[in-house]
Amino acid sequence: MLAFLIKRTANAIFVMLAVAFLAFVIFRFFGDPVEMMVNEQATQSDRAELRERLGLNDGFITQYVRFVVNAAQMDFGISYRNQQDVTVLIKDRFPATFELVLVATVISLVVGIPLGVVTAVHRNSALANVLQTGSIVGISLPSFVVGIMLILLFSVTLGWLPAFGRGETVDIGWWSTGLLTPSGRQALILPSISLSIFQITMVMRLVRAEMLETLRTDYVKFARARGVPRGRVHWRHALRNCLMPVITLTGMQIGNLIAFALVTETVFQWPGMGMLFIQAVTFVDIPVMAAYLMLVSLIFVVLNTVVDITYAWVDPRLRDDTARAGGAHG
Amino acid sequence: MAEAKDPMDKTLTPDMRTATDATLVPVRRSRLKRLRESDLWFSFRSHPSAIFAAGLLTLIALTAFLAPWITPQNPYDLSSLELWNSEIPPIWNAEGQWPYILGTDTQGRDILSAILYGSRISLVIGFASVILALAVGLALGLVAGFFGGWSDNVIMRIGDVLLSMPFILIAILITAVASASLPTGLKDVLAAPILIVAIAVPSWVQYARTVRASAMVESRKEYVQAARLIRVKAWRIMLHHILPNCMTPIMVAATLNFGLAILSEATLSFLGVGMPPDQPSLGTLIRIGNQYLFSGLWWIVVFPAIQLCLIVLSVNMIGDWLRDALNPKLR
Repeated sequence: MLAFLIKRTANAIFVMLAVAFLAFVIFRFFGDPVEMMVNEQATQSDRAELRERLGLNDGFITQYVRFVVNAAQMDFGISYRNQQDVTVLIKDRFPATFELVLVATVISLVVGIPLGVVTAVHRNSALANVLQTGSIVGISLPSFVVGIMLILLFSVTLGWLPAFGRGETVDIGWWSTGLLTPSGRQALILPSISLSIFQITMVMRLVRAEMLETLRTDYVKFARARGVPRGRVHWRHALRNCLMPVITLTGMQIGNLIAFALVTETVFQWPGMGMLFIQAVTFVDIPVMAAYLMLVSLIFVVLNTVVDITYAWVDPRLRDDTARAGGAHG
Repeated sequence: MAEAKDPMDKTLTPDMRTATDATLVPVRRSRLKRLRESDLWFSFRSHPSAIFAAGLLTLIALTAFLAPWITPQNPYDLSSLELWNSEIPPIWNAEGQWPYILGTDTQGRDILSAILYGSRISLVIGFASVILALAVGLALGLVAGFFGGWSDNVIMRIGDVLLSMPFILIAILITAVASASLPTGLKDVLAAPILIVAIAVPSWVQYARTVRASAMVESRKEYVQAARLIRVKAWRIMLHHILPNCMTPIMVAATLNFGLAILSEATLSFLGVGMPPDQPSLGTLIRIGNQYLFSGLWWIVVFPAIQLCLIVLSVNMIGDWLRDALNPKLR
């Protein structure tokens, strides 16, 4: 187990170093950082001095190592566009994205799990067929289209819910939350629904597949034969055995949801990290792009590693690499 | 739908199994291959949803590629646009006007024509990126699985890194870096190729992994050892013996990825890092229409959005059917 732990952690560190290398190359070679930072009137000697101060005359490896060391201390430099510390910019925007992703995840579980159970238990009923077809539609709907349609219906036509912004927020320390005010909660409804549509269909399909398998096992048949009420068998005994993969999927999808939130944030003008990133892309604000890339990849890699290690801890067969490769074909 | 599906697959199972085995026997392959095709065809005919999706997709593709001959105007020829024809609602509205069936935008551009031209761009980019990803993924996967060693290590490590970043983020970064490093004139000309590469880069890994796994298994089998002994060239073994053995999962993945590629292209264009407004894809049209959401000109955004959903939906329905039809293990 220790060997697996070390191997998996080393792998995660390797991946993060590679991502850092990518971010570094983008930062260093696409557009001259000095030209981006100085104003028009700067003299040649000003520029040379800044170049020296930023260490851009050092060797490639030295610069890369410095970039990694700085990144590990959450120092990504100064934004080209508004001259602010990138870490502060991201810290200000992080709560908005986090709350959006959190609420979308909760919605996807609360809606997706019951739908999956219903479609599995009544697998040939009309309702299950409608839901199953609906899940293909749900996977095919681009999240920005869902967002636009929700705005068109609930904001433009009915005027029930706000179409953009976060509403009022309350500061708790450095964390600004929209969950504590009525306008903040209202503003969350449409963005979180549009972000969760895809996730709902994934959870639903996964629960359905797992339930179909579980319903065929002996202990479910035995419980039925013994006369345990059907609802209790399905919702309590069978469902409980299907939840582990759902938790895994949800954990691993959080990284994806954070990345995908940038689309939702653009549609709803939600002041999160994703909007910050898209604006940075438009203005070629490379330090912000690099920091966002590193942060999202870090969340992604950490979640994946934690899930892998947890699984290996639960199921020793997975610790052996050859066993896993063999399993992949089956 | 599922009612029709389930008993079907049961009857299919034995035939399908011989069909997959058949690819291992080169001599009898062509005859049995035809049999497999007829199985597929039979399954296709008995799935109304697959027929519906295929019909819809054919209709969309035909109208998109015939767009220059069937649309009332070329929406990107500025001389054909008349400003007094702007903001006309769809034809069923009292103020609607022939021939602007789905209305016009703020510059007098016919929405239906714009949608058909836009679908053409979306379909071509989606298709090209799948082909590119397939070519790269199959080649690298075969090399990694067949030769192993350091080539395997390098290829799969690059794949690991790509899979450890969200798909959409890689695509955005590639388009952003490409457009930041290109001069303004070239940027718009190369927008489509850049998008094709940006979508293909994160998606080849999936094909490579599938092919590698199967190449590793096959290359240890006796017939491959024998072929090596009589000095059949490595590329020949890979292309003629190993590749056909893993085409089934690859085809399903490619079909589903075609839908994903169209979605990704639309998303990138919607975010403003994809196709420019003078050669808009469906995503660009939705981006433009989104600006008029609050001015009551709903038709500018709704119709391109519907077309996009129909394309992705029909591709996914075909992919879904194909996965079930080609899966011998399925209930």
